[in-house]
Amino acid sequence: MLTSGIILLAGSLLSPNPGLIFWTAITFVIVLLILKKIAWGPILNALEEREKGIQSSIDRAFQAKDESEAILRKNKELLAKADAESDRIIREGKDFAEKLRADIAEKTQAEAQKMIASAKDEIEQEKRRALAELRNEVADLAVRGAEKIIKSNLDADTQKRIVDTMIQDLSTNRN
Amino acid sequence: MKRVNVIQPKAILKVIAILVPLLLNVNGHAFAASGQSSDVPKSSAAAAVAPAVAVPAAEAAHGAEAPEGEEKAGDVIMHHILDSNVFAFEPFGSINLPKIVVGGFDISITKHVVMLWLVSALLLIVFSVVGGQYKNLTSRNAPKGLANAMEALVEFIRVDVAKSNIGHGYEKHLPYLLTVFFFILFCNLLGLIPYGATATGNVNVTLTLSIFTFFVTQIAAFKAHGVKGYLQHLTAGTHWSLWIIMVPIEIIGQFTKPFALTIRLFANMTAGHIIILSLIFISFILKSYIVAAAVSVPFAIFIDLLELFVAFLQAFVFTMLSALFIGLATAHEGHDEPAAGAAHH
Repeated sequence: MLTSGIILLAGSLLSPNPGLIFWTAITFVIVLLILKKIAWGPILNALEEREKGIQSSIDRAFQAKDESEAILRKNKELLAKADAESDRIIREGKDFAEKLRADIAEKTQAEAQKMIASAKDEIEQEKRRALAELRNEVADLAVRGAEKIIKSNLDADTQKRIVDTMIQDLSTNRN
Repeated sequence: MKRVNVIQPKAILKVIAILVPLLLNVNGHAFAASGQSSDVPKSSAAAAVAPAVAVPAAEAAHGAEAPEGEEKAGDVIMHHILDSNVFAFEPFGSINLPKIVVGGFDISITKHVVMLWLVSALLLIVFSVVGGQYKNLTSRNAPKGLANAMEALVEFIRVDVAKSNIGHGYEKHLPYLLTVFFFILFCNLLGLIPYGATATGNVNVTLTLSIFTFFVTQIAAFKAHGVKGYLQHLTAGTHWSLWIIMVPIEIIGQFTKPFALTIRLFANMTAGHIIILSLIFISFILKSYIVAAAVSVPFAIFIDLLELFVAFLQAFVFTMLSALFIGLATAHEGHDEPAAGAAHH
């Protein structure tokens, strides 16, 4: 405590010294100028350059990331599109096949129907023809029977009944 | 393990029991003898301190310098801190520095001038090496060694001090800030080594440096807003009736900043040295080896380490505040002017 008091009282700590101020100023300015030339310039340039390099690297990395993301998105889109396309094609194929099947089935049905119809027609014709033939035959037979009956027995009523019965029989046999 | 724990305190007690009387005894003898042959005990005291740590040893050597025993501790401390025309290398002699007087001005080369030049030489050597390394350094390879160490500091000043305080256009002021930082740092550090003197512990040196900051700040302010803006700045954007108060306050404010810088650096560097020397001198005043071993040397070492930190801290603070003042002078109008201008017109 005492010592510091003495020091403060001495006062010479704060005494101005123009010589020292002069030398400090000169020295400092010279050091500043020389250092500016030999050290700060190159160092700061290098730092700046490195900073820029790092920044550009980061920028490039981000750009690459963005690009890759865009490509990925595009790929996904394309994939989705392709999926939809294939779905559509399959569905269309299915539809077409279905239609084809239905067409063919219909056509077949129609064909069959037609064939059945023609067969029926034919059968009907055959039947009619057969009936006509049968009628002729029956007429012949009837005539012949009549001939016989007439030849043997010309009792009209009896004979008529006989003929009728015979015809009746024939028709029942026929059916 | 337990046994050892039990034994150790006992052993320490024994050692103390042997050492304390011995030290007291030797002390008594030494200082009793100091009456007749004055030089022997002092130098032995210096020798006893010397192996402990280099710096306090040097300070102790300073203390031992007064063989008459009449010089007071305060005088010795003052002698150590103040500038002088003699560069003393205590046990080996001293160099008388030339006295130069030009036109009535005393511009003699003093101890602190020599320290300034040593600092400058050191700065130039270190940074010519570093700068050379950077010249053939592309952005693809990393700096190493000294360049790497200095780059950390340079980058710190560039980004955390200049860029964050000045903002736009900080590159212009970087050379000044960097130089002032390293100049003060090296001055502070050289003051800590034996035989060194702290040039930044001299108020004239710090005054000169802060005058540089003052000029840099003022020029930056003029460049940033021109004469009209500068004068407007002095009114602090207040109503004209307040100008009679505001303008003197602002003008005084311009000068208090460098004044604070001056005193801060000077006081910090001087205080540390005074504390170290005072701690050392406690043992000489009390004439005791015990005090020297238990108080002076440990505390002096502690303060010395603290001073190492303060050397960096004060260099940083000076640079930081310079940057801050420049930033205030240049950027103030940037965000303040629109509101102030609206109030004016």
